[in-house]
Amino acid sequence: MMLDYSLIWQNLPLYLNGIVLTFKLLVISLACGLVLAIPLALMRVSRTCLLRYPAWLYTYIMRGTPMLVQLFLIYYGLAQFEAVRQSVLWPYLSSATFCACLAFALNTGAYSAELLAGSLKSTPRGEIEAARAMGMSRLTLYRRILLPSALRRTLPQYSNEVLMMLQTTSLASIVTLVDITGAARTFSARYYLPFEAFITAGLIYLALTFMLVRLFKLAERRWLAYLAPRAH
Amino acid sequence: MNKTGLLGALALCACSALTHADPGSLRIGIEAAYPPFSYRTPQGEIAGFDYDIGNALCAQMQVKCQWVVQEFDGMIPSLKVRKIDAVLSSMSITDDRLKSVDFSDKYYHTPGKFAMKAGSQLQDPFVDLKGRRVGVQRASTYDRFATEQLESKGVEVVRYASQNEAFLDLVSGRLDATLADIVNTEESFIKTPAGQGFALVGPDINDPHYFGRGAGIAVRKGDTANLARLNAAIAAIRANGTYQQVQSKYFPFDIYGQ
Amino acid sequence: MLHGYGSSILDGAWLTINLALSAMALAITLGLIGAACRLSPVKWLATLGEVYTTVVRGIPDLVLILLIFYGGQDLVNRLALALGYEQYIDINPFIAGVCTMGFIFGAYLSETFRGAFLAIPRGQAEAGSAYGMSAAQVFWRISVPQMIRLAIPGFTNNWLVLTKSTALISVIGLQDMMFKAKNAADATHQPFTFFLTVAALYLLLTSLSLLLLRGLEKRYSVGFKAAEL
Repeated sequence: MMLDYSLIWQNLPLYLNGIVLTFKLLVISLACGLVLAIPLALMRVSRTCLLRYPAWLYTYIMRGTPMLVQLFLIYYGLAQFEAVRQSVLWPYLSSATFCACLAFALNTGAYSAELLAGSLKSTPRGEIEAARAMGMSRLTLYRRILLPSALRRTLPQYSNEVLMMLQTTSLASIVTLVDITGAARTFSARYYLPFEAFITAGLIYLALTFMLVRLFKLAERRWLAYLAPRAH
Repeated sequence: MNKTGLLGALALCACSALTHADPGSLRIGIEAAYPPFSYRTPQGEIAGFDYDIGNALCAQMQVKCQWVVQEFDGMIPSLKVRKIDAVLSSMSITDDRLKSVDFSDKYYHTPGKFAMKAGSQLQDPFVDLKGRRVGVQRASTYDRFATEQLESKGVEVVRYASQNEAFLDLVSGRLDATLADIVNTEESFIKTPAGQGFALVGPDINDPHYFGRGAGIAVRKGDTANLARLNAAIAAIRANGTYQQVQSKYFPFDIYGQ
Repeated sequence: MLHGYGSSILDGAWLTINLALSAMALAITLGLIGAACRLSPVKWLATLGEVYTTVVRGIPDLVLILLIFYGGQDLVNRLALALGYEQYIDINPFIAGVCTMGFIFGAYLSETFRGAFLAIPRGQAEAGSAYGMSAAQVFWRISVPQMIRLAIPGFTNNWLVLTKSTALISVIGLQDMMFKAKNAADATHQPFTFFLTVAALYLLLTSLSLLLLRGLEKRYSVGFKAAEL
C-alpha cells in the first residue's frame, strides 16, 4: 500500500493550524464547562427540590442526546429564527467557533457536573463533621472543604472527560471549522487521498492523547499524592 | 448447539452481506442533495435531472442502473476503490480531475455564479469580495476556483459538505456570498421562500480551466469499456429526442450549451 | 408539522436502532476477545490487546469512521485481488457502519470487561481449576457469568454512548435518523424543527435503554447486597 506522504509534508501548515484550533476549542470548552459544572453540581446535591430537579433535568437531556444533534441545533437551528438573528447575541452566534465552544461547553458542563456531584456525595463524613465542629459556616464549609476535596477526587474521572472532549472537538469540522479533522477533510477533498489524510489526523490525535494522559498522571501525583499507594 | 454448525451459519450470513458486483449493472454515484439535478422527494426517493438522464442512458445501454447515494467529496475516492463505476452528479470536467479519472462527453454545461443579498454590486469578484466570506461545496470546482483564485486575493473561503448547508448560512448572514452552479442556485434557493431577498449577482464564472467543459460522467481511469458505451448512449439519447424530453421536464431553456 | 418528513425520519429511527443493536453484538464479541487478550499471560496477545484499545480510544470516532469507510473498502479489494479473486466485492453501507461502530466500541467494552474480570474474587477461578476444569472451561463457566453483573454499569454507559454515536454514521451517507433529518432540514430550510425531533427521539431511546438495563442489573444482582454505605 503505497502512501503518498510528500503531499502531506507540503500541506503541513494546514494540519498545524488545525492543531492550534483544536487546542483553542479544547481549552475554551473545558474552562467554560467547568465554570458551569461547579454550580450545577452544587444544585444537583442540594436538599431543595427546586434546585435539584432542574439540574437533574438539564444533565439528563444533555447526556441523553447526541453531541452532533446539540451542535446542529445551536449552529443551524438557532440561526433559523429571525428573532435570534436580530438579537444582541447574533455577533456571537454567527461565529462557528463560538457556537462550537458553546455546544461543547454545555455538554461537558453536564457530564462534569455529574462527576462532581458523585464526588461531593461521597465526601468522607469525617471531613464535614470536623468542619462543623470547628464552627465553619455553610459557605466556608463549601469553599474550603467540600469543593477542593471533591475536585481532587474527581481528577481521575475528569481526565477521561478531558480525553473525550479532545475527541468531541473533531465534530467542529462538520460545522465548517478547520480543526485537525477539518484539515484532513480539506486535504482529502483537494487531493483525493483520504487514507493519508485521515491516518495523519489519527496519529496527531493519538499523540495529543498521550500528552494529555502524561499531564494528568503528573497532576494526580501532585494533587492526589495522599491517595497514592504507599511506596516503601 | 453444534459449534461447527453455528460457525458455518455465521460464515454464511457474513457472505450474504458481501454481494458480487453484477456485470450487467452499472453502479452510479449520485449526491441527491443538489436540486434540480439530484435531490430526494419527501417520500425519500431520488429524483432530478441527473437521475433521469442516468436512467435514460441505462435504458439506452440496456444495463441495470444501481444508484449509490453519497457525499460529493467522497465520489472520486469511491470511484477509485471500485465502490461505484461511474459518477453522474453534476461533476464538471476539469484538468485537475482528469488527472485522477476519465470523463465521458459532457451532458450539460452551465456556468457558476455568485449569490448574494439582492441589490449587492459585484463588478469584479477578485476586488469586491476582498475580506468577505464566500461559501462553497467542498471538492467542487467552485471550491477549487475559490481556493486557487480567490483565497490569494484576501477572500475567506468557507467549505461545506453540501451546498444546502452553504445556503442556510447565507440566509442566516454567516456568509456574504456563495459560489455555485447557476441553475442549482436559482432552482433550489433563489426561487424558494428562503431565498427571498437574495439574487444572482456578478459575472458568469466560466473560466475554462475550472468550468469550461461542462458536466460529464466520471469513470475510473482506463475504464474504456464503460466510457465507450456511455458516450455512445449520450449521443444516442440526444439524437432520438430522449434528452430533450428529460430536459424540458426541468428547464425551459437549453442546458446543453455549445 | 413535520412537512411530510415524519415517516421518513421514523424509518431512519428504525435503521438507527438496528445499527446500534448489530454494532453492540459485534462489540460484545470483540470486547470479550480483547479483554481475554489483555488478561492473557501470552505476551504478544496482551500487547495486541493493549494496542487495539489504546489506538481506538485515542482517535476520535469521526476520524475512525471516515478512515474505515474509505480505507476498508480499498483493503478488501486489494486482499481479494491478492487472493486471485477478480470480481469486485461490494460492502453495503449498513455493514460498513456496523463493522466500524462494532470495532470502535469493542475497544471500549474490552476495557469494561477487563475491569469486571479483575473484580471477580480470585478464589472463584482457583476453585474452578481445583476441580480440574481447563482454562477455557473456567473462562466460560465461571468467569463470564460473574463478570456480567460487574460489567453492567460500564456496559450501560457504553450502550448509551454507542446509540448517540450512531448519529455520526450519517456522515458516510447511511440513512439513519440524522441523515433523514438533515435532508428534511435542507429541503424545508427549517433545521430547528427536525433536529429537535431527532433529539427527542434519541432521548426516548436512551431513556428506554436506561430503564431496561437498570432492570437487568437488578435481576443479575439477586443475592448480592448493594455496596454498604
